[in-house]
Amino acid sequence: MAAPAQNRPGAVPDEAREPPPPPRGPLAWLRRNLFATAPSTVATLAAGVALGWLLPRAADWLFLRAVYAPDYEACRALDYRAACWGFVAEKHRLILFGRYPWAEQWRPLLATLLFVAALAASAHPRAWRRWLLPAWAPLLAAFFLLLRGGVAGLSPVDPSAWGGLPLTIVLTAVVVAASIPMGIVLALGRRSRMPLVRGLATLYIELVRGVPLITVLFVASFLFPLLLPQGLRLDALARVAIGMTFFQAAYMAEVVRGGLQALPRGQGEAAEALGLGWWRAQRRVILPQALVLVIPSFVNSLLSTFLDTSLVTVVSLYDLTGSLRLALGDPQWRNFFLEGYLFVAAIYFASSFGMSRYSHWLERHLGRWARA
Amino acid sequence: MNKWFGRYHVLRDIDLTVDRGERIVVCGPSGSGKSTLIRCVNRLEEHQEGTVIVDGVELTGDRRSVERIRREVGMVFQQFNLFPHLTVLENVALGPVEVLKVPRAEAETRARVQLDRVRVGDQAKKFPGQLSGGQQQRVAIARALCMQPRIMLFDEPTSALDPEMVKEVLDAMLDLAGQGMTMLVVTHEMGFARSVADRVIFMDQGRIVEQNAPREFFAHPENERTRDFLAKVLPR
Amino acid sequence: MLLAAGLGLWRNTAHNLAARQIRSGFAFLGQRAGFDIGEGLVPYTPDATTLRAFAAGLGNTLRVALVGILLATLLGAAVGLGRLSRNALVRGLSTAWVEVLRNVPLVIQLFAWYLVLTQLLPDPASPLALGAHAYLSKGGLQLPMPVWTGGLGLALERPEVTAFGVSGGLSLTPEFLALLLGLATTTSASIAEIVRSGVLAVPRGQTEAALALGLSHRQVIRRVVLPQALRVIVPPLTSQFLNLTKNSSLAVAIGYPDVVSIANTAINQNGQALECILLIMSVYLSVNLVTAAAMNGYNRRVALVER
Repeated sequence: MAAPAQNRPGAVPDEAREPPPPPRGPLAWLRRNLFATAPSTVATLAAGVALGWLLPRAADWLFLRAVYAPDYEACRALDYRAACWGFVAEKHRLILFGRYPWAEQWRPLLATLLFVAALAASAHPRAWRRWLLPAWAPLLAAFFLLLRGGVAGLSPVDPSAWGGLPLTIVLTAVVVAASIPMGIVLALGRRSRMPLVRGLATLYIELVRGVPLITVLFVASFLFPLLLPQGLRLDALARVAIGMTFFQAAYMAEVVRGGLQALPRGQGEAAEALGLGWWRAQRRVILPQALVLVIPSFVNSLLSTFLDTSLVTVVSLYDLTGSLRLALGDPQWRNFFLEGYLFVAAIYFASSFGMSRYSHWLERHLGRWARA
Repeated sequence: MNKWFGRYHVLRDIDLTVDRGERIVVCGPSGSGKSTLIRCVNRLEEHQEGTVIVDGVELTGDRRSVERIRREVGMVFQQFNLFPHLTVLENVALGPVEVLKVPRAEAETRARVQLDRVRVGDQAKKFPGQLSGGQQQRVAIARALCMQPRIMLFDEPTSALDPEMVKEVLDAMLDLAGQGMTMLVVTHEMGFARSVADRVIFMDQGRIVEQNAPREFFAHPENERTRDFLAKVLPR
Repeated sequence: MLLAAGLGLWRNTAHNLAARQIRSGFAFLGQRAGFDIGEGLVPYTPDATTLRAFAAGLGNTLRVALVGILLATLLGAAVGLGRLSRNALVRGLSTAWVEVLRNVPLVIQLFAWYLVLTQLLPDPASPLALGAHAYLSKGGLQLPMPVWTGGLGLALERPEVTAFGVSGGLSLTPEFLALLLGLATTTSASIAEIVRSGVLAVPRGQTEAALALGLSHRQVIRRVVLPQALRVIVPPLTSQFLNLTKNSSLAVAIGYPDVVSIANTAINQNGQALECILLIMSVYLSVNLVTAAAMNGYNRRVALVER
């Protein structure tokens, strides 16, 4: 039994916090993260060799020896040994704006820039005031009018000529905007106490979530013309937008349902105790809280809708993907498909990655602002 | 020995020796570093300065020596940490089977012996989720004992238990102490300290402020901070 | 209100169908299909019935979905564990894999794969040799195929290079390969995230308790972490399997004859869009139901036993 030798009788002077140990330099980081164990070292070496072989070659092909000018002869002379960004230089307006009339392409460009600016301005939770949502209505109207024309001296452009990035944006914006209210109604229906309503809502949601988007696009392309009375025509864009809205609404419904389920029961009970009618309770107490809870999931839905719009190329709509295929239809430039796809993939990637980073950031900071 | 969590100096100039067969109770306010201290003994936490020697073997980053030391050191956690997908018997036998390479049948025999030792032998075929907190913690003790360790670490073993189950776990620990096991126990149960401990250590802000035999420690605490702590913790 | 709208639509449809002289009903399934299908396991000629054409399409859908699911799971598990690795390089590469594949639309990936496989590979007459008996060319991938030679005999039919291309052996068309690669890589990214969340969902205390007993890292993962992680992983994993199956419908974009492509051809032929669309929807819904039932059964069996 050890003697209590380490006593410090009396008051122990409490020194100021000791300085931390000397910072472990980059060598220590390397050792810990890359060479900690034998398998780790092997992996590092293998990856290192592979990257060391791949990266210089990729940089060479992509950037160093690539042709940037829209010079067909120079590109052909490359014989695949380097990238021909000349294709993008030559065709970028077709890819970005589709078959929109050449001289009027400043309009979709302006519309896109306005849209992106508005999105950026709405991004921070501090901007989320009562006037924000209504403020979007005139913005979207302006977006449409710029593209459509026929007013303020702008020449009219039929929606069948819209294409490229603005078309992708139009589709995404319309589908998201319309599917949210539909989704809310469906989610409330699914939680309803009336068996008929609940059954119908559940049936709809499960049915739509069980089929691929392509079948919905087929329905939109092939069936809608049959469903409408003779003489009423809906152009392709409208049909696809409606179809995708019905599709996305089922997924939105699940997102909203998640929020409703996460809300403590006490909220509903308190509203009931106050004598608020069902609809009033939903509108003023339940939904506001539930929707704020799932804002990050909404952003994810927005993101997947954005990526899903690329499917409309299958039903011959010229969104960003469709216009690329149009551009690649040119027999002269057909061989440079890789450069084209890299370009378009980069656009999708940048937008999508940005949105998902935003969604993560939002999730972390929402707690702070939601109560502000 | 010194340890930092990033820039936070959590263990300051710790100088501690534990002899075989000693029962040591570590107490102190939360944040004093008591749990961190015992977790450094089996390298669940790494120390940056100083040396830790367990049963003659120095504790370093070397994986093999760490695994060897962990075989000799048993640990019981505040949250029990039983494996929910295995039965009680499989929980206790896992160590011997995987680490000591004991054949399964014999490991299960040994496991039953340990389970009987802590009086949960009849629960052997159940799953942890079906047991009460007190039973789970006793299974956890059996699990650690089945490895035949030289020293047992207890990290606030009764803090997560409902009051009526604290006694059964303390009784199991008392039995263990009575059989001569070396024990390092972090706890708020002063009754246990009084009846079983050979030494009580008081820690505050990462330092060992005072240590003494329990009689002296409780009757004549020398340091003012110790007195403050005891005043708050001991019943009037 | 809904009923009124429904009736109105019904009337319109009937009127429009009559106006365009499109028949109704499923009789067309018994008629001669008249079109060819590029590949498949179900024996088929243009003289076969349309029903058989749909069956062939279904076979192709299942073929690419099952192989895709297998590949995606293997890849996804590897990448998911890679994201948890202590090695920074492995972690970084895994993260890059996941981020790139999740942020580029599947259609783009499919087109890219298809064009690469049909433009950048050598001609079938002078293919790339992989090992001793496999060949890769614009015509696809040819592998040795085990053939049953009657009785208990099993022989290996090896592909051979001829003046016209590669003949014999198991032939995988570029359409199949492009769809398979696109589906497998994209879904593997989602599976990687699921595996990662599953492993992270196991409480830290479990790992600590196992380590405190002296188990090695590998033993901790195999005996303590993985069994618990699997319970968390399997449900979302199943919905990824369903997603992959649904995504296989994109085959219509690159000309792989899956059930949706066949339906598309049939619609263009006889105009009976309603029936064909109902058919493919019921195919997917059935797959959904079967998988959901199987998943519920699995969940019930492995649920942690509690009081």
